[in-house]
Amino acid sequence: MSDHRDDEHAREHDRPLSGPALRAKALESLLVEKGLVDPKALDELIDTYETKVGPRNGARIVARAWVDPAYRKRLLEDASAAIAEFGFIGRQGEDMVVLENTPKVRNVVVCTLCSCYPWPVLGLPPVWYKSAPYRARAVIDPRGVLKELGSEVPEDVEVRVWDSTAELRYLVLPERPAGTQGWSEDELAAIVTRDAMIGVAQVKSPGQSKR
Amino acid sequence: MNSVHDMGGMHGMGPVEIEKNEPVFHSEWEARVHALNLACGYHRKWNIDMGRHSRERIAPAEYLAATYYEKWLRGLEMLLVENGLVTAKELATGRAESKAGGASALRASEVTSFLRVRRLARVDDEVPPKFRPGERVLTHNDHPIGHTRLPRYARAKRGVIDRDHGVFIFPDTHAMTRDKKPQHCYSVRFAARELWGPRAGARDSVYLDLWDDHLDPA
Repeated sequence: MSDHRDDEHAREHDRPLSGPALRAKALESLLVEKGLVDPKALDELIDTYETKVGPRNGARIVARAWVDPAYRKRLLEDASAAIAEFGFIGRQGEDMVVLENTPKVRNVVVCTLCSCYPWPVLGLPPVWYKSAPYRARAVIDPRGVLKELGSEVPEDVEVRVWDSTAELRYLVLPERPAGTQGWSEDELAAIVTRDAMIGVAQVKSPGQSKR
Repeated sequence: MNSVHDMGGMHGMGPVEIEKNEPVFHSEWEARVHALNLACGYHRKWNIDMGRHSRERIAPAEYLAATYYEKWLRGLEMLLVENGLVTAKELATGRAESKAGGASALRASEVTSFLRVRRLARVDDEVPPKFRPGERVLTHNDHPIGHTRLPRYARAKRGVIDRDHGVFIFPDTHAMTRDKKPQHCYSVRFAARELWGPRAGARDSVYLDLWDDHLDPA
């Protein structure tokens, strides 16, 4: 992932900066000159979000809930405390709620007003989650969105959309796929995807066809 | 405010396109803008609700045309000037007229602890709840010019209190006057057909987190 950005970075040195890149650079220079920001702290903040937080954190929570019924119970009753057991705490994850998918209920998370997202367990949100199409459509046509994304919901399954309008942050606990009996927690964590924890996909075992 | 950031239910925005193997940032400047927002927030000159409201105030055509981090850059510029960390002239020229006095900047060694600090959206104030889970509510039909977390699509709608999250800062006032106005925040369940009419799925629903000041008994 960081390779991509390094390439981008290298290319930026070889060509004139674009509008926002130039403005961002000018703003950073100004703030550094005024003593309001330390560039080394910016590097550290970027490194945190590129390498230390991300959906692998959330996948570990889901895998634990799949193998440990007592943990699952704690997670559904007090998600903030159960997630803090892993040390995944802080900014944009202060008050967590976990939503359990079942054969009869599919949960989908959105933020129609801005881009609220549980950073400590999923990292920073992907572009599509922050985009106008998703924010506009997830609440009015969740079935249409899910169908387009290859995750059609049967008629008899209830869809619950959660619009993140407060400081509560939502994580979907997907259904454990069939054919994974006896798998270790690490093996299970490896198949849990970001999109499944937002609620726009289901977790598939490697034996199932990938979309 | 009734601007384009309040997008729930709008048509014509196109398909949702998921990028495979998406990087955390698509270019260096996006990463810098993200970090600048956090590092400037360290000075505590504004709160998260004022931050959200800054981006909502970007003119509608500009908002829709801008990428995510362009909006965050624009919002940050507004916050810096409005809250006195930078003057409009400094922003225009890119040159500091004076050093910032007082508080020092966030240091690299402080970043980990800074990001782990609990910000206090949930507060300890003892405020009695106006509603209990299972009670029916009617959302306000109100169109404030300022910040609100009650989206247009859920105004004057009937729902049911699903759960009480406890006492939280009220963003609608916190963004405008810094008044925390602590009150209960609830998850409120709305039948999809109450919000969207007969085209919506009969068994589907939308849950919103709303505060006492958004709700009346139904």
